[in-house]
Amino acid sequence: MAVQTTKQGRLNSAAELETLRQEIKSATGENPRLITICCGTGCLAYGGAKLAQAFRDEIETRGLQDKVGVKTTGCHGFCERGPLVVIRPENILYQRVKPEDVGDVISDTIEQGKVVERLLYTLPGTKERVTYEHDVPFYKKQMRLVFGANGYIDPTLIEDYIGVGGYTAMVKALFSMTPDEVVSEVKRSGLRGRGGGGFSAGAKWESTREAHGGLKYLICNCDEGDPGAFMDRSLMEGNPFGILEGMVIAAYAIGCHEGYIYIRHEYPVAVKHAEMAIAKAEAMGLLGDNILGSGFSFKIKINRGGGAFVCGESTALMASVEGRIGEPRAKYIHTSEKGLWDRPTVLNNVETLANVPLIINRGAQWYSSIGTANSKGTKIFSLVGKVNNTGLIEVPMGITLREIIYDIGGGILKNKKFKAVQTGGPSGGCLPAEMLDLAVDFDELSRAGSMMGSGAMIVMDEDNCMVDIARYFVSFLEGESCGKCVPCREGLKRMNQILERITNGNGRDGDIELLEDLSETLTWGALCGLGGGAANPVMSTIRYFRDEYEAHIKEKRCPAGVCKPLITYNIVEANCPGCNLCIKACPVNAITSPGKKMPVILDQSKCTKCGACYDVCRLNAVEVR
Amino acid sequence: MTLETKSPAAVVNNVLAKYERDASMLVGILQDIQVEMNYLPKECLVMVSEGLDIPLTRVYSVATFFKAFSLKPRGRHSVQCCMGTACHVRGAEKVLDKLQTEMCLCAGETSADMKFTLETVNCVGACALGPVVVVDGEYVGQVTTDKVKSILESCK
Repeated sequence: MAVQTTKQGRLNSAAELETLRQEIKSATGENPRLITICCGTGCLAYGGAKLAQAFRDEIETRGLQDKVGVKTTGCHGFCERGPLVVIRPENILYQRVKPEDVGDVISDTIEQGKVVERLLYTLPGTKERVTYEHDVPFYKKQMRLVFGANGYIDPTLIEDYIGVGGYTAMVKALFSMTPDEVVSEVKRSGLRGRGGGGFSAGAKWESTREAHGGLKYLICNCDEGDPGAFMDRSLMEGNPFGILEGMVIAAYAIGCHEGYIYIRHEYPVAVKHAEMAIAKAEAMGLLGDNILGSGFSFKIKINRGGGAFVCGESTALMASVEGRIGEPRAKYIHTSEKGLWDRPTVLNNVETLANVPLIINRGAQWYSSIGTANSKGTKIFSLVGKVNNTGLIEVPMGITLREIIYDIGGGILKNKKFKAVQTGGPSGGCLPAEMLDLAVDFDELSRAGSMMGSGAMIVMDEDNCMVDIARYFVSFLEGESCGKCVPCREGLKRMNQILERITNGNGRDGDIELLEDLSETLTWGALCGLGGGAANPVMSTIRYFRDEYEAHIKEKRCPAGVCKPLITYNIVEANCPGCNLCIKACPVNAITSPGKKMPVILDQSKCTKCGACYDVCRLNAVEVR
Repeated sequence: MTLETKSPAAVVNNVLAKYERDASMLVGILQDIQVEMNYLPKECLVMVSEGLDIPLTRVYSVATFFKAFSLKPRGRHSVQCCMGTACHVRGAEKVLDKLQTEMCLCAGETSADMKFTLETVNCVGACALGPVVVVDGEYVGQVTTDKVKSILESCK
C-alpha cells in the first residue's frame, strides 16, 4: 500500500509538490486501513522489528495486501507498554503485542472488525479496558503537535511525510514570505529554545541575520548528552524530514546556505535516518541547490559527536564541528556573530526546529495561544524513573507536575511514596512533593531552583537518596568537565570528594556550608553552562532535603537505604519461609540455612551489601536498615 | 571483525578519501577508522596526522578527549552498561556491580581472551526502559541483577 514515487525524481516547483501530494493521498485513499507498529528504540528492545515482520508475513499468507498496510514508525512515546501497535484509522491501541498475537489481530480486528480484548490497555487498579489510543490516560492530557506525526509516518519514506502535509510550511516560507517576515513570525510566536537555555529563537535568528560577514551557518543540535532525555533522538529517528523542513525555513530566514546536524554517536539510528533523509530530500529537490525552483539553496552535512557531554554547549559543539576538541570559550561575543569558523551561526536544538513548520503553517498567533505568558507552545518531556507510565510526552506549557506525574504518568511505581522529580538534567534541580502543583514552564522552574533544560523529568520515590543523587550528578559532571577552567575542574572534584565523604558516613559539620560556598563559586565563576549549572542539583537537594544531608552527617544514617557504608541488610524472620532463593543469589555465601523451612541467617561480617538477596526476595523478608 | 585481515594503511586511506582529506571532519574520520579497526591503533593516528597534514598532538588530543574513542584493542563483544540518571535511579549501579563480578572485569577493561569489553556509557537514550544494558548494539531493558548472567550467556 505504500506509495512509491521514486520514479518521480526532482520536483521543480511548489505546484509539482502539490500534485505529488494529491497523488499520494488518492493512492492511500480516504481512510486507509493501516497497522502501525512502533519501532522506536524502546519498542525495538521489546521485539518491535520481529513483530513487524510477523505482521507482514501473516498478511502475505492470507493474501490481504490490498486490504491493509503495515507501517513501521518512529517512537509513539508510550515506551512502557511496548511493542505498541495502532490500527488506523480507528486508532485501536494494542500494547505489549507479541508475534504470537499477530494471527488474532489479523483475523479478529482486520477481517472481522472485532477488538482483541487481551491486548488492550487496562486501567490500573480496575479491570476496565481502553480501546482507543486517544482514550488512554497517558495520551489524554497530551497535546502532540510536534511529536504526533511520529505515529503515522515511516521515517524512511519521504512520501509519507509529504502525505501528512509535510513541506507546506517550507513552500509558504520560500514562496510567499520574505526572510524578515519569517523571522518576525517566529519572534512573535514566542518560541524559546528547547535545548536548555530557553532563549528566544526568533531573536537569535534576527541577530544572526543582521550580523556582518558573508557566510553564515545553521547547526541543528542533536547531541542530547543529557542523561534521562531522549526526545531529540525520537524526533530525529521518527520524523527526520520534519527537522530538515525546519532547518530549511531557518536557513532561509537567516540567509545561510550551509548547515550541519550534530548527532551523538550513541544514536546510530538517528544518524542513519538523518543521512537517508538528506539524500532523499536532495534527490527530490526539497533540499540542496535551488529548492523547488525557488532560487534558494541550502546544503546539510552530518557531524557525529564523540561522546562528550560538554559538546552540548554551543561553543564546545562548534569547536567539535571544526574538528577540534570540544572545549568551550567564554561568550563575550555571541555565536550569533562569531560562531562556527568565526562566522555568524545559529545553533538550534532538534525540538526547536521541529516547532518551526508548525508556526509557519498555523501562524504566530495560534502558536502563542498555547502555553503560559512567557513560555509558548508545547514541550516534550521524557517522563522516566519511578513512574508507572514511562515514555515521551508532549504537553502544553503550564501543565502542573502533578498532572504530568499522576494523570499522564499514572503515579509512582509499586504504590511507593513520591519523593522528588529531577528536571533539566545535570544542570537542573530536584523538586519535592510540595512543588507538585507548580505550573511547568521556563520561568517557574528556574524560580523553583531547577530548570527546563532539555526536558528530562526523572521521578524518584522514597527509595532514592537525595545525597546520592547529588553525588551522582557531581561525579557525572566531574567526568565530563573539559578541564579548561579552574572553578569547574577543581570545584567539581572537591564537591565530589565532599559528597563521597558524606555518603560514606564520614561527613563532618560544616560540609553542607562548604558545598554551598563551592556551588556559588561555580555558578559565577565557570566558563560555560556545564560548570555554571553544575551546582543546581546540589543546591536544590540541600534546599529541599537538608534533613537527609543532616541524617548522613550527624546520625550516620541513610534514610532511603541507598548509601552502602551506612546500611545493613537484615532478614525479617517473621516473613522468611526458608525458600533459600537468597542463598543462591548471594555471591559471597553470607547467607546460610539452619535447616529446612527455617528462616535463613545472614552473616554481616561477610555481607558485601550488593543487594542481591533484597532483589530476589519477593516476600519482604529482606529489609534495609 | 577480525583485526588481522584489515590493513591499517588501506583503512586509513579509504576513510581519508571518503572525507576528501578534510581536517575539519577529524572526529568523523577517527570514528570511521575505529569502526573498521575496532579501536584506534597508534599507526593509524600517525597516518591520519600525515594524511591530513595536521600535528599528531592534535589527532591525539581529539582521540583522547572524546569518550567514543579507544586507544586500546577492544573485545569481540561489547557490553555497555548505561549509567544515565533514569537508569541510576532504578538501580544501574547494582547492575554494573553484577556485570563486573560476573565478567571479572572493571568497567573500561577487556577480558584477556579478547571476548568481552565492559564499558559504562552516560545515557543511551532509552531512558524509559532503565536500567539498560547494550550488548553488541542490541538494547536490553529493565535489567535486574538476576538477568545479568543470561544476558552474558547470550553472547556466543
